[in-house]
Amino acid sequence: MATKILMPKLSDTMTEGVILKWVKKEGEKVKQGEILVEIESDKADMELEAYDSGILRKIMIAAGGSAAIGAPIAIIADAEEDISALLTEIPASPGNAPKQELTDETPKSSGPTPLSPASETTGVRIKASPVAKRLAAESKIELRTLIGSGPQGRIIKRDIQPLLSNKKQVSMKPAAPIISGGYQDVELSLIRKTIAKRMQESKQIVPHFYVTVEIDMEPAMAFRDQLNAAAGSKMSFTDILVKASAVALMKHPNINATYRGNSMRQFGEAHIAVAVALEDGLVTPVLRNCEQKTILQLNAELRDLAERARNRRLKPEEYQGATFTISNLGMFGVKDFAAIVNPPEGAILAVGAIIEKPVVKKGAIVIGHTMSVTLSSDHRIIDGSVAARFLEDVKLLVENPAALLL
Amino acid sequence: MNMTAELNALHERLLHLPPETLLKWYDEMLLIRRFEEKCAQLYGMGKIGGFCHLYNGQEAVATGSIGAITPEDYVITAYRDHGLAISKGLEPRRILAELLGKSTGTTKGKGGSMHLFDREKNFLGGHAIVGGHIPLAAGAAFASKYRNEKRVCLCFMGDGATNIGEFHESLNLAALWKLPVIYIIENNKYGMGTSVDRASAVEMLIKKAAAYDMRCGVVEDGHDVLKVYETVKAAVDHARSTYEPSLLEVQTFRYRGHSMSDPIHGHYRTKEEVETQKKLDPLTVFAEVLKESQIAGDEYFKTAEKRIKSVVEECVQFTEQSPEPPLGDLYTDVYAD
Amino acid sequence: MPVVSIREALNQAMDEEMARDDRVFLMGEEVAQYNGAYKVSQGLLAKYGPRRIIDTPIAEAGFAGIGIGAAMVGLRPIVEFMTWNFSLVAYDQIVNHAAKMLSMSGGHFSVPIVFRGPGGAAHNLGATHSQALESIYAHFPGLKVVMPSNPRDAKGLLKTAIRDNNPVIFIESEVMYGEKGEIPEGEYTIPFGIGEIVQEGSDVTIVSWSKILQHVAIKAASRLADEGVSVELIDPRTIRPMDWELIFHSVKKTNRLVIVEEGWPFAGVGAQISHEVSSNCFDDLDAPVERVTQEDVPLPYAHNLEIASLPSIQKVIRAVRKVLYLD
Repeated sequence: MATKILMPKLSDTMTEGVILKWVKKEGEKVKQGEILVEIESDKADMELEAYDSGILRKIMIAAGGSAAIGAPIAIIADAEEDISALLTEIPASPGNAPKQELTDETPKSSGPTPLSPASETTGVRIKASPVAKRLAAESKIELRTLIGSGPQGRIIKRDIQPLLSNKKQVSMKPAAPIISGGYQDVELSLIRKTIAKRMQESKQIVPHFYVTVEIDMEPAMAFRDQLNAAAGSKMSFTDILVKASAVALMKHPNINATYRGNSMRQFGEAHIAVAVALEDGLVTPVLRNCEQKTILQLNAELRDLAERARNRRLKPEEYQGATFTISNLGMFGVKDFAAIVNPPEGAILAVGAIIEKPVVKKGAIVIGHTMSVTLSSDHRIIDGSVAARFLEDVKLLVENPAALLL
Repeated sequence: MNMTAELNALHERLLHLPPETLLKWYDEMLLIRRFEEKCAQLYGMGKIGGFCHLYNGQEAVATGSIGAITPEDYVITAYRDHGLAISKGLEPRRILAELLGKSTGTTKGKGGSMHLFDREKNFLGGHAIVGGHIPLAAGAAFASKYRNEKRVCLCFMGDGATNIGEFHESLNLAALWKLPVIYIIENNKYGMGTSVDRASAVEMLIKKAAAYDMRCGVVEDGHDVLKVYETVKAAVDHARSTYEPSLLEVQTFRYRGHSMSDPIHGHYRTKEEVETQKKLDPLTVFAEVLKESQIAGDEYFKTAEKRIKSVVEECVQFTEQSPEPPLGDLYTDVYAD
Repeated sequence: MPVVSIREALNQAMDEEMARDDRVFLMGEEVAQYNGAYKVSQGLLAKYGPRRIIDTPIAEAGFAGIGIGAAMVGLRPIVEFMTWNFSLVAYDQIVNHAAKMLSMSGGHFSVPIVFRGPGGAAHNLGATHSQALESIYAHFPGLKVVMPSNPRDAKGLLKTAIRDNNPVIFIESEVMYGEKGEIPEGEYTIPFGIGEIVQEGSDVTIVSWSKILQHVAIKAASRLADEGVSVELIDPRTIRPMDWELIFHSVKKTNRLVIVEEGWPFAGVGAQISHEVSSNCFDDLDAPVERVTQEDVPLPYAHNLEIASLPSIQKVIRAVRKVLYLD
């Protein structure tokens, strides 16, 4: 029975060994327990004994050569046995490769970076304490507009505090008034005038009614995190709502419709407008054919539209032709609200903030995350139960967001 | 040395021990020898990692000493613990599994070669810090006396450990408080590469007992399982009846290096020294005694060899089929509940 | 409620646990006939006899090891170090044997032992007799580290330590043994890992323990109150396990943390707390975490140098003002 003799591990740190001397020669008989070869390990010179008896048929690493642990160094077999199969695995000796010198890598020291003075306005990195950053982000305050009173111009909590409405203040500095004197007259912009006219019309003509549901947002929160992690995207809850609304609108043609006097026009496509706040008003860019697009596509498109909306670079066809609108005031902490239908659409969905609060699940009180959405509907074409069923579907989809991937 | 006269004298003592016990001792020593040889092979194949300290040549010390105590008595030792563990009744297959870091090992793969433990068998380890276990031995003996039990503790150590602080503190406390611990120095003449005369101010190690007024004894023929048994038994009986400890020195020899990283000879021991010592192989010496006193014949030894070989093979198979510990085991047994 | 000193509280804890469980015994230098170097074990020898209250020679490694061996086979020893400085001779036994025994033995042998004694500086004792060593024990998984600051906690925590099946490092303070406080009537224990809010506040969180809490942090908090700064003062009571939630909750409220401890700064307990807070309360911090520690030098002998070396009320006030950006 032919056996390969492998380079043994002769110390706990050994990685390769050097053959010092073959005690047995090729062709010689070997008995179990006899010393076969002398090997140099990283710690000492050791003798290797044979574990099997036979003839030392082939020496693969000669004296002076080296091999890694586990590499074959010899073959023991019977005199007449065919060992050609084992011979084909003779490895190249690694002992000839020059050992790689460990280069002394000292990191280039560039000296301490000089601390720049408070230069928030020049676009250089803004220094702010973590809590100041968080508070500013939560209240949509631009750090760039603040002067920091901390060391090296660091913006700290007390610099933000006066700008927050209901937080405890450490510093007693009073906030600067916005209007001095009794009043001021501001000319209405074109957008403002348009909004004024249309909203007045809508409220005067369209018989509004409002239906609200509360949605358990925890599945959507997990879904969003997973999707963003997997796709590297920055999907928001508005995107989820757009998709959910689009799917629901396909099932409820009465919602995706317009009043035309003697008839109602029901649309087969969901073109959903998303309200975007501007400095002096709001504009509603339209996402076309939402029923055909994936959430990621909607996300990308909406980000692009919103960006261009803020820069007043929307083309007319991009803010016209919607069949449904979604308006989200959640980022301001609003719990719920009722929006005004945008004629000629049949309905508009108003979205509130995700609120952490106690909820009842399976008979127990636990901490949950819920969001209120309110559908304002044109009662000329939409009834209470129609609106309710639509919202039921929206809620179901948002609470089971995996279905939105179908 | 006149072998025949020795053997005849031994024949006398053999009669006090039942043949089953004597044959069991032979089997046990053979098992330890073949087990350790297998460990050497597996270490060379890279299947056992880290340190591995083999007991080849010292089998009579384990078998003779543990033959003198009961299962209720405690045994504790340093890192050359495979032989003592087998003697104390730990399953060889689980010892081998522990050496290969498998979850079926005696300590679930968490300890390795130097940390074999078994609470049920009263085997208190397996310790890697030289001398660190010696006070623990006194502690186990302390507990036995505290609870009015008759248990003793056998504390094995190497010659090198007799020079460290914890050895001295422990012996002083054991003598002072009369703790039933029997300290057994397995003097294999070398603490790794340092011979006793280069490490200890007194070459006759039991002289250290005098510093503590402690009872002591020497077994010059540590390869003779019967002589080891006799001396240890006397110390054990003394401790059981008086609670007084003893310091014993058993002169023995290890056939392999200190560990698997250490050569058998050429570094600090000559080839001749090793070959000479190997002539007094505990297995061959005891086999001769058994043959001479007609307790066992050649047939017995042949079948014993076969039997033990298959036991060791079974250990290897068991080990190879055993899984590694699950990653979750990383966090188990850090704190007790 | 009865009023006792920390010394008496510890004595009661050991007395009650020994009466309750025969496996509990006390071992250490001068604990028996001398009645304790600091009188903590006063009267116990007379009550329980030499079998259970045992005087040892000066051999810390030896008797710590005996305690560990006895614990491995089922007894529940209390090993007293005359001061924690001397535990260093037994460091191998504690960290290589006691701390790792359960893990290395794959669950075979647990070590239900308490190592206790006074730690930290007293007055003019010099560098080797004045060390605060909690961090070099808390470093090791397998050990628990407990540091009470008052009689109620001393008694409740020591009882828990004796009943715990793990090796417990119980660090007292020799300067505080005489300090008195109320303790509950009757049987009580205090669980590990639960800290205490010593005083509530809103401007800054101070975490401190043991002697420094009582002698420095509380006084600094009082002076800061006069300056209009509201301090929330936390006593973790156990270093390992540490009540992280309590600290995080406080920092989220105050946005600022100052840690005041007797150990040295490099790799001290405060360094660990600082890391955990910066990881878990990153968005709630208004300033970097500040530490007041012993100066990074061996403690000198001269009275003025010793005082300058240790945490002080002034140093705490300065640190608090720094995190409040008040200077």
